[in-house]
Amino acid sequence: MLLEVSNVNAYYGDFQALFGVNLHAEKGEAVAVIGANGAGKSTLLNAIAGNVTTRGAIQFNGEKLAGLKPWAIVTRGVTLVPEGRRLFSSLTVEENLQMGAYARKGSDWGLAEVYELFPKLKERARQPVTELSGGEQQMVAIGRALMSNPALLMCDELSLGLAPVIVQDIYATLGRVRERGVTLIVVEQNVQQALKFADRVYCFQEGHVTLEGEARKLSAEDVSQAYFGKRGAA
Amino acid sequence: MKAFVDSILSGVLLGSLYGLFASGLSLVFGVMRLVNVAHGDFIVLAAFLALAFQHVTGIGSPFVMLTILVPLMFVLGYLLQRAVLNPALGPDILRPVLITFGLSVIVQNGLLQAFSADSQKLQGGRIETASIPLGGGLAVGTLPLLTLAVAVAVIGSMQWVLYRTRLGRALRATSDDLTTAGMMGVNTPHLFGIAAGIAMVTVAVAGVFTGVRASFDASAGPAWLIFAFEAVIIGGLGSLWGTLAGGIILGIAQAVGAYISPAWQMLAGHVVFLVALMFFPRGLFPRRSE
Repeated sequence: MLLEVSNVNAYYGDFQALFGVNLHAEKGEAVAVIGANGAGKSTLLNAIAGNVTTRGAIQFNGEKLAGLKPWAIVTRGVTLVPEGRRLFSSLTVEENLQMGAYARKGSDWGLAEVYELFPKLKERARQPVTELSGGEQQMVAIGRALMSNPALLMCDELSLGLAPVIVQDIYATLGRVRERGVTLIVVEQNVQQALKFADRVYCFQEGHVTLEGEARKLSAEDVSQAYFGKRGAA
Repeated sequence: MKAFVDSILSGVLLGSLYGLFASGLSLVFGVMRLVNVAHGDFIVLAAFLALAFQHVTGIGSPFVMLTILVPLMFVLGYLLQRAVLNPALGPDILRPVLITFGLSVIVQNGLLQAFSADSQKLQGGRIETASIPLGGGLAVGTLPLLTLAVAVAVIGSMQWVLYRTRLGRALRATSDDLTTAGMMGVNTPHLFGIAAGIAMVTVAVAGVFTGVRASFDASAGPAWLIFAFEAVIIGGLGSLWGTLAGGIILGIAQAVGAYISPAWQMLAGHVVFLVALMFFPRGLFPRRSE
């Protein structure tokens, strides 16, 4: 097992955002995490990436991640594409991509590979990222994360604020990333998109996992119950 | 007319010293949003350390002391940042300001204990009185000209590091978004230490050149801090060439004020600062993304 999250509680100060969450990902798998706003999806990704204080065990490749600093976790092969992209606004496209490689080990992904994946970015390499469209900025965010050579790539709300056709493109590209052996966890509010893309799905509600299952076996009713239903009823 | 041109010229050269004062302050603010109130006192500390090293080693030139002072101040800056300032950084910007204020008091009183309240000066030798004729009866002092050259070299090097190296890219990225820089593998507490170390290198250079130019005592820091602040604000926060330009504008203002009446020297500088703050609150050369 590549990633194993066991009985994790997460906190923002006094506020508890995750309650006893269990989740795992096998090597090469695509896992989707769905749920309404505030369900704890982003908190989970940030807990794995080391940005949130947690209690419980997070194991990656047999190594404990909990308690490590974010800059140490990324060198273990776990990288987050954060919600809202959070590009470095005073840097150019290429400089943003290079920042992804700041502390990397190995070199599966270099500028050439990222430009092959996103040819548009090569044309805009020297432009400030602020001049790019939302879709292009999302490409930079994914490319930047790939430059760190992740074994596990976590994407938070990729489709937020993007046109459906661009979302299709981006998920098609993620499929190619997956073919290269990268394990993926995507947080999505777009349930259709998540079910179509992922092997397995977790549904979150109020910081609890309310449903776990194989994407193709889940019925719309299961998901809707876990998504909107009273917690514990699912 | 000649006297007026002369004072403009000396204003430019004096201003380059202010630019040197301000470059470290500007870097630290740009990268970690930290206002270091003790910056001026560290410049005085560097001048006193140069004096002490001169005394101990018996080497005449204070400029040679920079070979010891530069690495020493870098290490001091790094350690101070990691041990004292990093823990205070956070959403509350008042905490680090109060801590640097405390450092300012400690440095001033420490220097008072160690070196007494007497005014001191670094002896630069012949370069202090040497000058280069420009023709038309005008001349520039060799030391002020050297100060300008050094200020340009220091700021040019910092600019080169910021825009041409991996370290500089990380400094700019961290300035944009601390959390995300951490997620990309930047050990941000260490990086802040490096930035503070670089700032202290500028402090070492500024301390020696100021100490050779004019006399100083343990309580001179706050006055120098004001000049550094004014240069940074006039130039624009986070822009290094802007900071040098801000220093030079301040220097020219002071020189023109002094030309009108000696009593107006400081006042003219402060007035130009206030006018700049009123009409260009982000400085004359603000950073592109801000």
